[in-house]
Amino acid sequence: MTAEQAILLAILIPLIGALLIGLTGKKPNLRETVSLLTSITLLGTVLSLLPTVLDGQQPSVTLLEIAPGLAIRFDLEPLGMLFACVAALLWPINTLYSIGYMRGNNEQHQTRFYICFAIALSSTMGIAMAGNLLTLFICYEVLTLSTYPLVTHKGNEDALKAGRVYLGILLSTSIGFLLLAILWTWHLTGTLDFKAGGILAGKVAGPELIILLFLYMYGIGKAALMPIHRWLPAAMVAPTPVSALLHAVAVVKAGVFSVVKVVVYVFGLDMLKISAGADWILWLAGFTILVASIIALRQDNLKRRLAYSTISQLSYVILAIFILAPLSTVAAALHIAAHAFGKITLFFAAGSIYTAAHKTSISQLNGIGYRMPWTMTAFSIGAISMIGLPPTAGFLSKWYMLMGAFQEQQLFAVLVIVASTLLNAAYFIPIIYAAWFKQPKQDEHEHSHGEAPRAIVLALMITAALTLLLFFFPDVPLQLATSLTGGHS
Amino acid sequence: MIEYILGHYNYWIVIFLMMTGFYIVISRGNMIKKIAGLNIFQVSVFLLYISIGNVRDGTAPIITEGFTVYSNPLPHVLILTAIVVGVATTSLALALVVRIREAYGTIEEDEIHNKDQSL
Amino acid sequence: MIETHLSLLLVVIPLIAAPIVAILPNGRLPWLVTLLVSLSCLVLAIMQLWNVADGSIISYELGGWAPPWGIEYRIDVINAFVALLVAGVAAVTLPYALLSVEKEIPTKQISLFYSAFLLCLSGLLGITQTGDIFNLFVFLEISSLSSYALISLGKQRKALTAAYQYLFMGTIGATFILIGIGLAYAVTGTLNMADLAARLPEVEATRTLQTAFIFLLIGVAIKLAVFPLHLWLPNAYAYAPSVITIFLAATATKVAAYVLIRIIFTVFGASLAFQEMHIHWLLLPLASIAVISASLVAIFQYNIKRMLAYSSVAQIGYILLGIGIASATGLTASLLHLFNHALMKAALFMALGAVLYQVGSVALQDMAGLGRRMPWTMAAFVAGGLSLIGVPLTVGFISKLYLILAAFEQGWWWLIVVVAIGSLLAIVYIWRIVETAYFKPTSHSNVTEAPLSLLLPLWLIVIANFYFGIDTSLTVSVSESAANMLLGGKP
Repeated sequence: MTAEQAILLAILIPLIGALLIGLTGKKPNLRETVSLLTSITLLGTVLSLLPTVLDGQQPSVTLLEIAPGLAIRFDLEPLGMLFACVAALLWPINTLYSIGYMRGNNEQHQTRFYICFAIALSSTMGIAMAGNLLTLFICYEVLTLSTYPLVTHKGNEDALKAGRVYLGILLSTSIGFLLLAILWTWHLTGTLDFKAGGILAGKVAGPELIILLFLYMYGIGKAALMPIHRWLPAAMVAPTPVSALLHAVAVVKAGVFSVVKVVVYVFGLDMLKISAGADWILWLAGFTILVASIIALRQDNLKRRLAYSTISQLSYVILAIFILAPLSTVAAALHIAAHAFGKITLFFAAGSIYTAAHKTSISQLNGIGYRMPWTMTAFSIGAISMIGLPPTAGFLSKWYMLMGAFQEQQLFAVLVIVASTLLNAAYFIPIIYAAWFKQPKQDEHEHSHGEAPRAIVLALMITAALTLLLFFFPDVPLQLATSLTGGHS
Repeated sequence: MIEYILGHYNYWIVIFLMMTGFYIVISRGNMIKKIAGLNIFQVSVFLLYISIGNVRDGTAPIITEGFTVYSNPLPHVLILTAIVVGVATTSLALALVVRIREAYGTIEEDEIHNKDQSL
Repeated sequence: MIETHLSLLLVVIPLIAAPIVAILPNGRLPWLVTLLVSLSCLVLAIMQLWNVADGSIISYELGGWAPPWGIEYRIDVINAFVALLVAGVAAVTLPYALLSVEKEIPTKQISLFYSAFLLCLSGLLGITQTGDIFNLFVFLEISSLSSYALISLGKQRKALTAAYQYLFMGTIGATFILIGIGLAYAVTGTLNMADLAARLPEVEATRTLQTAFIFLLIGVAIKLAVFPLHLWLPNAYAYAPSVITIFLAATATKVAAYVLIRIIFTVFGASLAFQEMHIHWLLLPLASIAVISASLVAIFQYNIKRMLAYSSVAQIGYILLGIGIASATGLTASLLHLFNHALMKAALFMALGAVLYQVGSVALQDMAGLGRRMPWTMAAFVAGGLSLIGVPLTVGFISKLYLILAAFEQGWWWLIVVVAIGSLLAIVYIWRIVETAYFKPTSHSNVTEAPLSLLLPLWLIVIANFYFGIDTSLTVSVSESAANMLLGGKP
C-alpha cells in the first residue's frame, strides 16, 4: 500500500463503515462490531502513514480537478498527520464508550448516530489531510452537516433549537466569511494550495491583509473565537460521546487546526510578524481565554463548564500561533493533541456520572469519588492536564507556549497564560475537592449507584492514561510539531 | 411648434390610445373590461407600425406604370402577424375568464380576491 | 440533410407535432409522441452545439431568402447552448410527466396538455434559433401564450387567476417589445439582428434609438421577472401543474435572460448600453434588491412551491448581476448560472412534484417527517438545496465562484456582500424544509416513496447538479467563449 492509497483509504474507510453500519442497522451487535472494526482499521491506516511523514516526506494525491487551479487535493504534512493521529486514535476508544453510553441510556436512533459519526470522522480525516483551501472548506462543511443530526439527537424542541444555533453560526460564518476569504485568496494569488512560507506572502498588505485575516479567523467558526462561540455551549445538548469526540476533538480541533494551517501555510509567519492585524487576533484570543474561563467559573452544569473551558482552551492554540514564534507554533500543535486527550477524558467522566448517577450539576457531586473511583481518578487527571500541571500533557504545551511568549517578549501573552492558569485551577479544583473530600448531602434523594458500565470505564481509563503517557513520551508529536516550523525551534 | 405637433399627429394618437388602454387595464376590476383595455393598448402599437410604414404621397406597393413612390409594405406585413398574436391573446384571455367565472362565480377581481382570502 | 436543416428542424418538429398530438386520443399515446419529439430535439440540439462549439457561426436562410430580407436563423455557441438547455430539460421532464400529469390533469385534457407543451417547446426553441428580431417576438408569444394556457390547468382554481395575471403582464411586456422593435426598425430599416448590430453604429445615438432600447429592455424584463416586475411569477409557479413549474422554471426565464443578453450585447452593443446609457446603474441595484428581498420573502412562505418561486426571482437577480458587471467573467458567470440554475431548480421542483404526487400538498407542515417516508425524494431535495446555496462540488458553487471573481475584478465589494447575504438567506429557507422533513414527527403514516418514473428523472438531474459542479470543462468553456463572443472578441 503506497502512502497515496493510504490517504484515500483513510477518507474512504469511515464512509464504507457508514454504509455497512446502515446495512446492519437491524442487528445492534453486528452494527457495533462493524463500528469498532471500522475505527480500528482507520487507526491502522493512519498509523501506517506515520513513518512516511516522520521521514520528512509529504505524500499528496489529487482526486479531481474542478477548474484550472481548483482541485480536490490531499496532501499530508506533519500538522495534519498529528491531527489525523489524534482523531483516529480517539475514535475506537470513543466507539467503545459510545456503545456503553448509548445502551446504558437506551438512546433512540442509534443507527443514525453511528452513521453520522463515521461520516464526521471521514470529513475530519479530509480536513487533516486537505491539500488546499477548497478541499479543507468542503470537508469542513461536511463535518458541520454530518454532526448536526448528532447535536439534535434527542429530537426534542430544545435540541432542535440548539441545532439551529449550531448550524446557523457554523454555516453562516463559513459561507459568509471563510468562502469569501478563500475566493479572495484565489483572486490574489491564483492558487489555493498550502505552501510552506505562505501563498499570500508579498501579495497583500495593509488594511486588506487585516480584513482578510479577520475573515479567516471568524470564518473558521469552529475555532470558537469570541463572539462567535455560542454554538459550542449550545451543542452540549448532544449525547456525551458526541460532545466528547466531536466537541472536544474533531469539530473544535478542526477549527483551530484550520486556523494554524491558514496562518502557517496561507499567510506565513514572517508576513504576519510585520502586520498589525496579528496583534489584534492575539488580543482577541487572550480576551476569549479570560472571559470564557470566568464564565466557566459560574456554570453549575458540568458539561456547560467543560464547554466554556473548551472555548478558552481553543483560544490557547490561537494565542500560541499568533505569538508567531517557532516555539509557540510547536506549542499550538502540541496543544491540539494535549487538549484533545485531556478534554475527552473529562467529557467521558461527565457522561459516566450521568449514566451511573444521572447527575448533571457540579453541586451534586459531593463525595462521588468513593462511589465512582475510576471515573473520578480519570477526571482528576484530565483536570490537572487542563490546568497545565505535570505530569500531564497539558503542562508540555503550556510550557512551550510560555517559552515562545518569552522569546518574543509578548508580555500580554505571558500574563494571559498565567492568569488563565489560575482561573482554570479555580474552576476545576473545587470539583475535584468536592468529589473526594466533601461528604454527600444527607437530605438528597440519593439512590445507590456504583461505577458506570464497563465499556465506559475502560474508555475513560485509556484516555486518562494517554494524557499521562503524552507527558512521558512526547517524542512523536514533538517531532511532528517541530517539523511544522521547518525543523528549527 | 403647431406644425411640429400636427406633423406628428399619428404619434399623439398612438400615445393617447396606449395610455387609455393602459389606464383601463390598471384601474378596472372587471376582467372583461381589462381585456378590452389590453386590446386598445395593443392596437395603438399596430397603428404606430402602420403609420411608420407610410411614405408621403406613396401608394400601395404594387408595381404599376406611373407610380414611383411606394409605401413600405413590411410594417404592414409584420402587423398582420402581430394582429394574429393579439387575437390569440384575446381569445385565450376570454377563455380564462370563462373558466374563472365557472370556478368563482364572478369576474370582479376584488370579489375573487375576497373568496381566495376567506378560504 | 439533417445536418444542414438542424436549426429549422428543431423548431418545426415540435410545431408540427403539436396539432397532431392535439387530435390523438387521450391516453398515453400523446405522451409517447411528445417524449419522442423532445428526445429528437435533444439529439438535434447536441449535434448543433457540436457543430458550433469551435466558435463557428451557422447561418440558415429560411425558405432560401437571403438575409436581411428573409428570416435568417443564425446559430453561434450561445444559441446552441441555450437550445441544448431547453431541449435537455424537456427531454428529462417528459419521462417524469407521465404519472404526474395523469394525476394532476383531467383525462380529457391530456392530449391538449401535451399539444400546448409542444407549442411552448417549439416557441422556446425558436427564440434560441432565430436571428430575426421580429421572428423572435413571434416565438416569444407562441411560448408565452401556450404557457398561460398550461399554467391555468393547475388543480386549484387560483391557477386560473394566476394565469390571467401572467397573461396581462406578459402581453404588456410583449407589446413593449413590439414597440421597441418598431422603433429600431424605423431607425435602421432592418429586422435582422446581425444587420441591426452592423447598422446601429452608423446611426447616431438618437433619442429614438434609446427609446427603442428602453422599451425592449422593459418588455424583456417583464418576461424575465426582473424585480420589481416579477409579481406574476410566484403565483404562476405556485399554482401551475408540477410538470409545467419544472419546465418553465428551468427554461422560460432562462430563455428570456438569453433574449436580454442578445439585445444588450449583440444588437445594441455593450458600449451603447453601458457607456452611454449606464444601464448597469439600473440593473445592479435592482438585481441586488431582488437577491436580498426575494430571498427574505422566500423565508416566510409556507407553500414551498411559492417559496422556490421567490427563490427563482432572487436567482434571476444573480444572472442580472453578471450581466450588469458586463465583463467577460461577469457574462461567463451569467451564462453559467443560466445553465446551472436551470439544473438546480429543475431538481428542486421535481422533488416537490414527487411530494405533491404522494402527499397531495406542498405546504411546509405537510412535509413533516418525509425524510423517513420518502428518503430518496427528500435526499434529492437536500442535494438540490445545497446546490442552490452554492456549496462546493455543486453547480451552484461554480456560478457563484465566477460571479464573485467578476466582482473582485471590478473591486465592487458591496456586490460580494450581496452574493454572500443571498447565500446565507438561501441556507435559511432551505433549512426550514430540511428540519421539518427530517426532525419533525410525521403526520401521515401511510405515505410511501414516489414511483420510480418520478425518481429516475429527478436523480438524473441531481446527478447532473453534481457532475457539472465537478467537471466544469463543458459549461465553463462554452460560457467563456460565448461571453467573449458577446463582448465582440474572438471566442
